[in-house]
Amino acid sequence: MTDRSEDNSPSRRAFLKGSLAAGGALAGATMARAEGPDPLITEKQSWAMGTGDGVDATPYGMPIRFEGDVVRRNVGWLTADTISSINFTPIHALDGTITPQGCAFERHHSGAIELSKDDYRLMINGLVDQPLVFTYADLERFPRVTRTFFLECAANTGMEWAGAQLNGAQFTHGMIHNMEYTGVTLRTLLEEAGLAAAGDFKDKWVYVEGADASSNGRSIPMEKALDDCMIAFKANGEALRKEHGYPVRLIVPGWEGNMWVKWLRRIEVTGQAIESREETSKYTDTLEDGTSRKWTWVMDAKSVVTSPSPQSPIKHGHGPLVITGLAWSGRGAITRVDVSIDGGKNWQEARLSSEGQDKALSRFYLDIDWQGEEMLLQSRAMDSSGYVQPTKAQLREVRGLNSVYHNNCIQTWHVYPTGEAENVEVS
Amino acid sequence: MSKSRNFLLTSVATALLASPVMAEKLGLGRAALPEEVAAWNIDVSPNGDGLPVGSGSVEVGEQVFSENCAICHGEFAEGVDNWPKLAGGMDTLDRDDPLKTVGSYWPHLSTAWDYVHRSMPFGDAQTMSVDDTYAIVAYILYSNDLVEDDFVLSNENFLEVEMPNKDGFIIDDRETSEKHFWNAEPCMTNCKDTVEITMRATVLDVTPNDTTDDGPVAEPAAAEPEQKAEEAAPAAAEAVVAAVAAVDPALVEAGETAFKKCKACHQVGEGAANKVGPQLNALFGRTLGSLDGFKYSKTIVAMGEEGIVWDDATLAEFLRKPKDYIKGTKMSFAGFKKDEDIAAVTAYLKTFAN
Repeated sequence: MTDRSEDNSPSRRAFLKGSLAAGGALAGATMARAEGPDPLITEKQSWAMGTGDGVDATPYGMPIRFEGDVVRRNVGWLTADTISSINFTPIHALDGTITPQGCAFERHHSGAIELSKDDYRLMINGLVDQPLVFTYADLERFPRVTRTFFLECAANTGMEWAGAQLNGAQFTHGMIHNMEYTGVTLRTLLEEAGLAAAGDFKDKWVYVEGADASSNGRSIPMEKALDDCMIAFKANGEALRKEHGYPVRLIVPGWEGNMWVKWLRRIEVTGQAIESREETSKYTDTLEDGTSRKWTWVMDAKSVVTSPSPQSPIKHGHGPLVITGLAWSGRGAITRVDVSIDGGKNWQEARLSSEGQDKALSRFYLDIDWQGEEMLLQSRAMDSSGYVQPTKAQLREVRGLNSVYHNNCIQTWHVYPTGEAENVEVS
Repeated sequence: MSKSRNFLLTSVATALLASPVMAEKLGLGRAALPEEVAAWNIDVSPNGDGLPVGSGSVEVGEQVFSENCAICHGEFAEGVDNWPKLAGGMDTLDRDDPLKTVGSYWPHLSTAWDYVHRSMPFGDAQTMSVDDTYAIVAYILYSNDLVEDDFVLSNENFLEVEMPNKDGFIIDDRETSEKHFWNAEPCMTNCKDTVEITMRATVLDVTPNDTTDDGPVAEPAAAEPEQKAEEAAPAAAEAVVAAVAAVDPALVEAGETAFKKCKACHQVGEGAANKVGPQLNALFGRTLGSLDGFKYSKTIVAMGEEGIVWDDATLAEFLRKPKDYIKGTKMSFAGFKKDEDIAAVTAYLKTFAN
């Protein structure tokens, strides 16, 4: 107990009245009143008396144990084996726009391989003036750039085509991350090898493949390769993680994540698309009549409310509520996000945390006074090309139910008076 | 004039900020040698570019497929569990649940050849010879009723094979077919009369449990997983002992089936040799990490040096959670979930005592 537990001075009461209850549920939008002195304040606490960890307790720091459930998760029944599988970023528990590498989703086709910088080689061959081999050290000597981009798997939200299926933003929308990459532009490397041999760039392609057993080869049109693609070796300031392609991965801004080849080992300039497994049997979108779209590289504008959501229910009672979420577009910058609390009848413009950046995540907020009413929460993104995120019905009208990939529909969370939320579909 | 010039100046300035300008080549890297390019440049294109000289028959393919591919894809390329089905599904692409196989969906045969040759078998990629690759692809075609049983596929007749869905693809047309999504002024108020909930995720109930942030906070007990393993191990060992005491032929048979998951990497029986994993004859009583000529992880060698040997208990613990029992093990297998499978594989392995 403190010496001043009996203190009933006006200033103390004013302090209590002026603060929202820390930890206590609010009955209404009125200010909280303490039922009695808070022992967390009035009693001396161990952390205020003893000492904490010394500086080298964790030479590379991990999140504190209270955050131990903010982790990637997979859905066991989706794939045959975790080696060729996917897990999901815990977007329901993150804020801001940058995704920490340690919880950024993983997608491997033959597992995450361990490849050292010393063992790393990058080859450029095909229709170039001089086929070249680079070591990792060579790459670090080219003029460098640092840029932030989102990566979204083409299959993100893919399980929701036929109906509301997975109950959590992590699972419906977690195949996404957003990092600040440092590296060299693909144009720089191609020009080092020389592109005179390629002749007319029209109808020329760049085939890229990884060093892992899957190789995950993809064909990229020369125009895109010379536009904004990057060879990255750092993300969020530090080396790429093994699971994201250490030591070097390809960055293909705004385009589906499968093209961002990890453990990049070869860049071949070709006169045709190779039509590898990953660009024919997979990552093609089957329409209702059985024909399939191919080369659907761009990720259309999309958004999702990350909180409240099924894994992030409202726990604080009535009154001020922060609705927040993420928005992105592979066609440019996010210009606006609207939020609806009544299932799309009425919309209001949300606040962007900062001006939208080209092909990077935007964070939006809508601050409301929630009095326990049921909500059908939706968000709708708009981008600099004038594209407006469609409803699931609008998408189905064009594409049917079997596209698997590129589901950028408006998501609905049903929020109950208890504050819990559920993934639903609405008319 | 001044207007457009300003624009140009601005864009040049932006470009300078965003991208390094390369005046000339930096002379970094070195010339790739022809044999290096040949080693890595193995992609095969739809027009046959990159296809090496060789051939393989359906007959040989059936054998090679059975030995290398059937464990996941099934003897008839029909697929095991969630592993890809390679055959069947003809005329299903416009149905509710299209079955996309090499036969029903893939537009180019080159894709199958390229993928088998560079990325299969799973866990042992780039081990198929050129002729065996032709044979496997021939067998996949046969499984899809696209060729007869006496068919031989080669680089010479490769382009003559007609893939059923070769014309089934269109190039991304979203900018025209979905032009109405570019609607800069969407409705803001009274956008629809009613809103009905038409489907709920909780009805399906397929979401993994324990995924909210309400979960219990883990105490800082690093030893917890090990404790669990220790608790689990005796139970598993009992199951194994009970099973083996009876030497149940049905159990051995079940073990042979379960062992299919191991066969891609481990050999047993006459002439068994180390492959991706060590051979497993006379396993029981063997010291961990002790076979000559096999490159183990450091951890398992260290465990062997501590005197740990393979017996019912250690094997059960390892097979349940390989990466927990031997940190840094090279074995990629995630472990058996069922005690019955562990007991069965143990019984099966005991039949290879010599």
